[in-house]
Amino acid sequence: MAEFPPPVRRISADGVPNVVDPSSRDAIPEPIARALAPSYGPERLRIDGVSIHYAGAAKPAVNAVTLPVRQGEVLALIGPSGCGKTTLLRSLNRLVELTPGATRDGRILLDGEDVDHLEITRLRRRVSMIFQQPNPFPMSIFDNVAYAIREQAMRRPGKAVLAPRVESALRRAGLWDEVADDLNRPALRLSGGQQQRLCIARALAVEPHVLLMDEPCSALDPISTGVIEELIHELRETLAIVIVTHNLAQARRVGDHVAFMYLGDLVEYAPTEELFTNPRADRTRDYVQGAFG
Amino acid sequence: MSVPGTTGPGATPPGRRQRLLGELRLWRPLDLAGVAAAWLVGLLLVLVAGTLLLYMGYKGLQYVNLDLLVSRPQPGSDQSQTGGILDPIVGTLLIIVIATAIALPLAVGAALWIVEYGRPRWLARVVESGIEVIAGAPSIAIAIFGLAIFQLPLFGWASFAADGGGVFGRSFIAAGTVMSLIALPSIFATTREALQSVPRHVREASYGLGKTRWATIRRVLLPTVRPDIATGTALGMGRIAGDTAIIVLLLGATLQLQAGSDIPGVGTLQGTGSTLTSYVYNNSPTGEGNAPEKAYAAAFVLMLLIIGLNLLVAFIGRRRAGNDLPR
Repeated sequence: MAEFPPPVRRISADGVPNVVDPSSRDAIPEPIARALAPSYGPERLRIDGVSIHYAGAAKPAVNAVTLPVRQGEVLALIGPSGCGKTTLLRSLNRLVELTPGATRDGRILLDGEDVDHLEITRLRRRVSMIFQQPNPFPMSIFDNVAYAIREQAMRRPGKAVLAPRVESALRRAGLWDEVADDLNRPALRLSGGQQQRLCIARALAVEPHVLLMDEPCSALDPISTGVIEELIHELRETLAIVIVTHNLAQARRVGDHVAFMYLGDLVEYAPTEELFTNPRADRTRDYVQGAFG
Repeated sequence: MSVPGTTGPGATPPGRRQRLLGELRLWRPLDLAGVAAAWLVGLLLVLVAGTLLLYMGYKGLQYVNLDLLVSRPQPGSDQSQTGGILDPIVGTLLIIVIATAIALPLAVGAALWIVEYGRPRWLARVVESGIEVIAGAPSIAIAIFGLAIFQLPLFGWASFAADGGGVFGRSFIAAGTVMSLIALPSIFATTREALQSVPRHVREASYGLGKTRWATIRRVLLPTVRPDIATGTALGMGRIAGDTAIIVLLLGATLQLQAGSDIPGVGTLQGTGSTLTSYVYNNSPTGEGNAPEKAYAAAFVLMLLIIGLNLLVAFIGRRRAGNDLPR
C-alpha cells in the first residue's frame, strides 16, 4: 500500500465554493462538473451515536459513531481489519441483527425516520447492499434480478411486466450488453466481475435510495475492479453510496468523503483529498501513509 | 486413423511398470501389507456383491416372465398354481407412495425449522435426537409400536373394526404411515446438511433485498437444496421398498389386495395386502407358501427396483455437479 495513483481530479463538497463559482457552470471542466452536481444532495442517512456490541466481547465493535450520508456522494469507510467498518455498514440496513448476540445503541435515520420504526423489508429495499463475495443466487440471470422485484413469496408477475425492469437494472449495472443475448444462462456461469455487477443490478432493481457496498472489489481482478469503480461514479449521481474498503487507493479514487475508523472509534471524517493529504489525527496519518494496516 | 509409428495419447509409456515396481520396493513392509490388505478386502466385497447379483439374476431371469408380472397371486400348494406377483408389486408401490407422501413434507419441514429457525433451541435439540433415535431403531420395534397405535379404537377408520369394538390395526394406511418413519431420517439428514452448507452470504443476499425469511426459504433455499432432497427421498424410497418387518406386522399378510371397506380407492387403503418383501418372505422355503421359484423372481424384481432407485440417486448427484454454489 505504499504507492498511490495520482490524485483524482475532483473537488469535494466542502471545498467547492472557494474553488469555483457555481454560477459559471459552463466553464467547469466536465469531470469536475460531474463531481460537483451530486455533491449538493440532501442528507439521506444520519448515523447518530451508533454503538454496536457483540455478546462476549469486552469492547464494542463500533463505538459512538456519528456520520452523515448524503445523496449523490460516496462515503468511504476505511480502517484496519476489525475496526468495525463492516459492522457499522451492516447496521445501516439492520443486517447486523442477523448475528446472534449483536446489540446496537444510538439512532440511524433514513430521510429523517428512525430505521427501527421502519418495517425491515421496506428498509432493506430502500437501503440495498452489495457484499464482499459476489453472491448471485443459483438461478438464471433473469431470475436473479426478477427475484428482487417480485413481491414477497407471491405468484410471479408476468415476464412482460418484469422484463423491462430487469433490463433497466442490468443496464444501470453496465451488464446488459454482455448478457442480453442469453438471460436464461445460470448466473453462476458468469465471471466474478460479471457476477458482482449482476449483484449490483439486483440491488438496483429494488430502486434503493442508499447503496451499501462491503469491499465489493476485494474478490475481483483489477480490470473488473476498474469497471465497478466506474459504475460507482455513475451511480453516485442518483444514489447515496457507502463503501467499505481496505484498499486506500480505491477509497481515494471513489470516495467523496472518507471516514477512518480504528478499534471501533471514528477517528477522522473529512473530504477525501483532505484526509489523504492533510490528516488531522496522527493515527490517520500513520494509516494512510502505510505505517500500519 | 492412426499412422504406424506414432504413439497415441492412451499408450503406456515404456518403463512405467518398472518405475512403479521400483517405487513399491521403497515402501515400508507394513505399508505394503496394509495396501495389499485394502486391495484384498475391496476385491472381496466386489466379489460378494457380484456373486449376489449374478445369482439373483440367474435365478430371477429363469423364473421372471411377463405373465408372472401381470397376473395376481393365488393360494395353492404347487408352484405352478400360485399365480403371479402383480399384487405385491402394486402393494410395494402403494406403500412407497403413502410413506413418501407423509415423510417428505415432515422431514423437509423439520430440517428447515431446525436450520433456519432453530428456536427454542432445546426443542430443536430434542427433535434432532428424536429423529436420530428413529433412524437407529430396528424396524421391527417401530412396527410393533405402530401396531399398538393403530389398534387403538381411535384409529378404527384406518383399518376395520370388528363388531365387538376390536380394531384390526393392519392396513395400507397403517403400514404406510409407520413406514414413513423409515424414510424420514434420510430425507431429514440430507436436507439438513444441504441447508447447512448453503453459505451465509446467499441468505444475506436475499435478506439484503428486503425479502422475508419465508420468501428466502421458498425462492432461494428450497430450489438450491432440491437435488439433495431428491437424493434423500430416493434413498428413503429404497429403504421403504426393502423393509419387511413393518409389512409383515402391519399390512395384514394377505397375498392379494383386500379392500377394507366398500368405498372405492379408500377401501384399498383401509385394506390389507402384500409387498415384494413380504411375498419373498412368505414364499421362501421357510415361509408358509414355499414357492421358492416365485420368491426368487420377486426378489429379483425387488432388487431391480432398488438398483433403479440407486441409479436415480447417482443421476441426480451428477446433474447437480454443474450447477453448484460456490461453497
